[in-house]
Amino acid sequence: MPADDHAHDHGSELSEMQLRVRALESILTEKGYVDPAALDQIVENVETRIGPHIGARVVARAWVDLEFKRRLLADATEAVNSVAEFDPVAAHLIAVENTPQTHNVVVCTLCSCYPWPVLGLPPVWYKSAPYRSRTVIDPKGVLAEFGVSLPPGTDIRIWDSTAETRFLVVPMRPAGTEGWGEEALAALVTRDSMVGTGLPKSPEPQKAEAGR
Amino acid sequence: MTNSIHDMGGTHGFGPVVPEPNEPVFHADWEGRVYALQRAMGATGLWTIDGGRASLENLPPLAYLASSYYRRWFLGLEGRVVAHGLVGEDEIAAGRALRPGIRLNRKLTLEDAKVVSYPHYERPPPGPAHFKAGDRVRTKNISPPTHTRLPRYARGKLGTVEAVRGCHVFPDSAALGAGENPQWLYTVVFSGQELWGDEADPAIKVSIEAFEPYLLPA
Repeated sequence: MPADDHAHDHGSELSEMQLRVRALESILTEKGYVDPAALDQIVENVETRIGPHIGARVVARAWVDLEFKRRLLADATEAVNSVAEFDPVAAHLIAVENTPQTHNVVVCTLCSCYPWPVLGLPPVWYKSAPYRSRTVIDPKGVLAEFGVSLPPGTDIRIWDSTAETRFLVVPMRPAGTEGWGEEALAALVTRDSMVGTGLPKSPEPQKAEAGR
Repeated sequence: MTNSIHDMGGTHGFGPVVPEPNEPVFHADWEGRVYALQRAMGATGLWTIDGGRASLENLPPLAYLASSYYRRWFLGLEGRVVAHGLVGEDEIAAGRALRPGIRLNRKLTLEDAKVVSYPHYERPPPGPAHFKAGDRVRTKNISPPTHTRLPRYARGKLGTVEAVRGCHVFPDSAALGAGENPQWLYTVVFSGQELWGDEADPAIKVSIEAFEPYLLPA
């Protein structure tokens, strides 16, 4: 079991949680409710297959293909699922576009709803009490903790994910990327920029040449 | 429960957000196992996603706050398998199965797990939507003792319907095992001042996803 390797790596006793989780998994397996191989597969899926690289490709496509962007903003589920090279996403995906006037930020104040199909599992900070409590009342303070300050006069729109609809922020395309291909653009799209707590990376001059 | 510690929007005092550079998907192996157990047991269809959320909200507030995300998931799952009669408390205490399992209608197989898929919650509407984009609405002031997805900070507030999102499973019913009771779902947007008072930053707007039973015409 990987759990053993982990504990031995650190030369420590098994933690309370390791023991309790292992016990519950044993009970559920012995009683025939779960298949450990299926559990391994589920972990592998979220560790290797789904993640923010998916959302980054969708955003990059929207930056280069205005018709795709129009469809994405109209019905993100339909738009993403219409592209054969993208893995199908769940229903109820909604893309919201950052503009010079408005910056979007996504939160779930009641639990930790997050667009898994395009961003993978949420980071710890997204699930934390500080983020869940403050984003709706002090978004500028929260953004400052991510090192983000928006130009004066920018409106901030918070999306509280209180149902099964899920939100993907489409950040603004960085200046200096004219003529770039999708792959090079996707490398600039960070996870946080698709949650609204970050901005895309700026192109470095030498990479700007390579991106063309 | 509805007015419990999980409903955090607007609460002061939790301190700064601390982003973690290069964060791993899981911080310990047991977190991944809890995630997988939750997915696999959810696939049995014995409870709904809303029933799962409600079981976390029913944790004692101090336990909720003191627990990491996956520890909460674990505590919720452990409680649910006992509550549904799948596992005995004596088995939890013993750390091993003492009896054979009961028969399940569905069990997640390895082949199932190879396909990454997500459930859908949209349902055929039982009737027409009562609101449309642009309508002014007021959220109800409610405090049901059971699960709801209308956060406290957005109760009794004046807002505007921005979009109609279709007709969806109603969490307030589904969490009780009372059926899906599909309801129209709307994005309703509020000004920061409506939510937080006159001193609030006028540059801020906040939207929630509001089910029709939460809304009154205004």
